[in-house]
Amino acid sequence: MTSHEKISEYADPEVLVTTKWLAENLDSVSVVESNEDILLYDTGHIPGAVKLDWHTELNHPLRRDYLESEAFAKLMDQKGIGREDTVVLYGDRSNWWATYAFWVFKLFGHENVLLLDGGRNKWIADGGALTKDVPVRDSKSYPVAPRQDQQIRAFRDEVLSHIGKPLVDVRSPEEYTGERLHMPDFPNEGATRGGHIPTAASIPWSKSIQADETFRPLAELEQLYFGATGFDRSSDFIAYCRIGERSSHTWFVLKYLLGVENVRNYDGSWTEWGNLVGAPIAIGAEPGEAA
Amino acid sequence: MTSSAEEIVADFGFLEGQDKLQLLLEFSESLPDIDQRFLDDPELLERVEECQSPVFIAVEGDAQRIDLHFSAPREAPTTRGFAAILSAALNHQSAETILAFSEDFPSRLGLDSLISPLRVRGMRGMLARIKRKVGELTDSNA
Repeated sequence: MTSHEKISEYADPEVLVTTKWLAENLDSVSVVESNEDILLYDTGHIPGAVKLDWHTELNHPLRRDYLESEAFAKLMDQKGIGREDTVVLYGDRSNWWATYAFWVFKLFGHENVLLLDGGRNKWIADGGALTKDVPVRDSKSYPVAPRQDQQIRAFRDEVLSHIGKPLVDVRSPEEYTGERLHMPDFPNEGATRGGHIPTAASIPWSKSIQADETFRPLAELEQLYFGATGFDRSSDFIAYCRIGERSSHTWFVLKYLLGVENVRNYDGSWTEWGNLVGAPIAIGAEPGEAA
Repeated sequence: MTSSAEEIVADFGFLEGQDKLQLLLEFSESLPDIDQRFLDDPELLERVEECQSPVFIAVEGDAQRIDLHFSAPREAPTTRGFAAILSAALNHQSAETILAFSEDFPSRLGLDSLISPLRVRGMRGMLARIKRKVGELTDSNA
C-alpha cells in the first residue's frame, strides 16, 4: 500500500499529509515545528517552518492551563500565522508534541490544521531539506477566537463520571499497572500514586505507529482501538496519559484517522489523577471495576 | 563551585529568554565526539537514566585529575547542551572539587522556566551520576 493509498482510507484523509506533498506545497502553507526537545528546531528545520515551544508558548503563564484567547492571537501574530492559513504541524518523537499543538490549535477553533505523517524523522529519512534560517514573517492580525474546551478537552470531574465508559490509557504498560510512576527512561514527574483510572483500556500510544513513525493503516488501527476493546466509532472516548501530550496523539488517531466523533483529551492526566485526594485508582493489568 | 562553573552561571544569568536557549545550543554544538574506544567497548559507559534522550557518561582519572566523557546524539541538542555545560564546569578538576560541587548548579542556570522541569532534572541526574562515579573511582584507588 502506498502512503497515499493508506491515507485515503482514513476517516479524514485531508488532515494528514505526506513528506512528498509537503515538499511540493511548502509555499502555500504555514509549517510549524513543535518538538519535545526545544533546541532541535534550531539545529535545522523544514525551510520556512516556524518554531512553536510547547512549554513556554502554549501554557498559561501562571495556572496549569492553556493560554487564553488574547495570548493565542498574539502568539499567532508573532508566528505570522493567519486565521485562514493552512497550518502543517510536525515534530520529533513521532509527532507527540505536534499533535499536542494540533489539539491546542483546535481548542481555538483554527480550521485548517494538517499533520505531517511521520513527523520530523520521516522528513529527514525521506531526504527532505533542512535549514537553520529562521523565517521572518509579518503579523496577519489573528482574531481573538474563543477557546472552546467543551468538545475536545476533559476535566477531572468529567473523567470521574466517565468511569465505566470508553477510557483509554495511552501510557506504557508499566505505568498502567502501577509498577512505575513514570514512563521508562523518563524521570518521575510527581505523581504520588501509581496505577490507572478504573475501567480504562490500556492502549500505549506507540501501538498506533509503524517503525518509520508514520501511522498504521486503518484496518490495524480499527483492530487496536475497536476490535480489541469492543468500542466503536460512536463511542464517547476520553484519552489520558501523564500530562496530555501522548494522549493528544491518540486523540488525533481516534478523531481524524478513525472518525470517532466524540473524543476528548484529559490533559490533567496522571499528574493530576495520581495526586488527586480520593480519586479511585486500579492497579495491575486488568482495567478494574467501576466503584 | 569551580571558577568555570561560576562563569557559566554568570553567562546564563546575563541573558534572557531565547538568548539563554541560544547559549545552551552553542554548548550543545561544542560537545566533542566521544573517543572511539568508548564506542568500541560500551561497557565503559553508563547510561544516564534520568535523561529523556540517550546520554552516556564515563569517568576516568585519579584524585588529582578527573576526566569526563559524554556521548549524546546530535538529535538531542538539549541533552548535549547539559552534558557540555557539565563538561566545561567539571572536566579535569580534582575529585575533591567535583564531590563538593553544588548539586543545585542546574537550577542556578535559570533554565527552569524555559525548559520543562523534567529536562532540568535530567541534568541533575547526570551530575549525581558523575559524582557517584568519581566517588567510586577514588575509593577504589585509595
